[in-house]
Amino acid sequence: MTEKILFNVVQVLVVMFFSPLVKGVLNRLKENIQSKRGPSVLQPYRDIWKLFHKDEVVSEQSTWIFRFTPYIVFITPIFVALLIPVLTAYPLFFAFMGDMLGGGFILSLGGFFATLAAVDTANPYGAMGASRTRMVGFLAEPVFMIVFFTVSFIAGSTIPYIVHKHWMNPTSNFFEPSHVLLMIAFLMLVIAEGGRIPVDNPSGHFELAMIDESKGLEFSGRGAALMKWGGAMKFFVLLCIYLNVLVTPWGLARGETIGQVALAIPLVLLKILGFVLVLVVIEASLAKLRLFRITEFLGGAFVTSVAAMITRLLEG
Amino acid sequence: MTDPQNAVGVLVSLNGLAGGLFLLTAFGMIAMRQVLGCVSLFVAQSILLAASAMILGYNHVSAHLFVVAVITLGMKSILIPWLLGRTVPQEVYTRREISQILNIPTSLLLGVALVIVAYFATSSLIKASEGAFVKINVPVGLAGVLLGAYTVVVRREAVPQVMGLLNMENGAFFAGVCIAPDLPTIAELAAAFDVVIVALVMGLLTRRIRERTGTTAVGRMAALKEE
Repeated sequence: MTEKILFNVVQVLVVMFFSPLVKGVLNRLKENIQSKRGPSVLQPYRDIWKLFHKDEVVSEQSTWIFRFTPYIVFITPIFVALLIPVLTAYPLFFAFMGDMLGGGFILSLGGFFATLAAVDTANPYGAMGASRTRMVGFLAEPVFMIVFFTVSFIAGSTIPYIVHKHWMNPTSNFFEPSHVLLMIAFLMLVIAEGGRIPVDNPSGHFELAMIDESKGLEFSGRGAALMKWGGAMKFFVLLCIYLNVLVTPWGLARGETIGQVALAIPLVLLKILGFVLVLVVIEASLAKLRLFRITEFLGGAFVTSVAAMITRLLEG
Repeated sequence: MTDPQNAVGVLVSLNGLAGGLFLLTAFGMIAMRQVLGCVSLFVAQSILLAASAMILGYNHVSAHLFVVAVITLGMKSILIPWLLGRTVPQEVYTRREISQILNIPTSLLLGVALVIVAYFATSSLIKASEGAFVKINVPVGLAGVLLGAYTVVVRREAVPQVMGLLNMENGAFFAGVCIAPDLPTIAELAAAFDVVIVALVMGLLTRRIRERTGTTAVGRMAALKEE
């Protein structure tokens, strides 16, 4: 029991300390693929460190929402990290406190408060970015619903630990058509939710075109650091759900010794590196969609998830 | 993998995967904006059809189905795109925006409704047979036919309309390979050559239309005109 609690804490620490690294590697590779040298992979750590040592400026017009939001954005991915398989293949202490849907709700709570805080300061760009994020969010919602519905339909559960075991035994389950289609649909969701290129340009500096970034413009000092770190953790957690539960359920620790759990850390990071490479290729080969084309992108994701459900129905 | 039950399970899964991706390509042809993208989706769809035919052929130990797969690969994924590339002027392929009667999300949702119709229409047929492959191939094939017909209705450009027709044909084949695994090769050959001729005729027609009117947006040609 104490071991399981310990491993749960280790999971949270892994999410906290390696999430800026994933962002850094992603940014670096993106620059490399454009024949530029790019910032160091440690740059996100330096940014967060620097911001923690700066003064914070809070507008007098803002309310408590603005002051609390960085903490909520920072804490929600940690809660989700308690629920999902980050390192171990067997359920840990908090595993049955909530399922994948619960994790989705917790993550969207952070998003909700970030949106409120963006509107709170009455910065025009904040409200614009907030309404756009909501638009992407509510278009992604039905896809999430159908994906979770299909997953529970196939695996008989929405608890991630049960789901990822279902793909492995027998192996033919992995090649099930609905599983492959779900992977495609969820990839599109990860891109939309993570604010990656066909939907949003995370490295753009033009406020009028921003979707996700403009919500954090008003934060400074510690608040900005927590928002940045929380955003990186949210992305890391999404990748963990996608890779460990849906795409590659291998490489997680099976034994209950600390050594095996420690061995799982580089394996999981390797999987994430592989996915980051795919993401970089996607980002380099596509252009950002116009705002009203995002409907079509997520409509495509919706159709894919519905096709997954229908093929499952057909197999009977 | 050694025991036969599991091997058939893998085959059924792979066939189902081909079916699911077949559906996706049919949806893609409704949603794709670029003409060139439509053609490459059609190529992908034909390859999936051939893959399904090969899986079924392997399962039923039927040489006919392998012949069908080879004919499909040769005709539909190589010959037809090449013919269309030759007959339809290049300028059509480079255009990016294609006008549609409905906007894309609406037509995708209508497409989903069509797939569900196909599922319910074939459910009694599926109950009559006991094969595991029939469960996937017949509804997906019928859905392909319906989505192809829908593509012809909703698209205003000539080349995507041709793709819709070929999509219907692919759908019919997709259902056909599992219903009649021992179709005589002569019938397969005849059907395949028919499709090539159809594609050629329509490609030439598109070329003529473009030469006369300077556009391939056939949806706008509503009224007859005396010269």
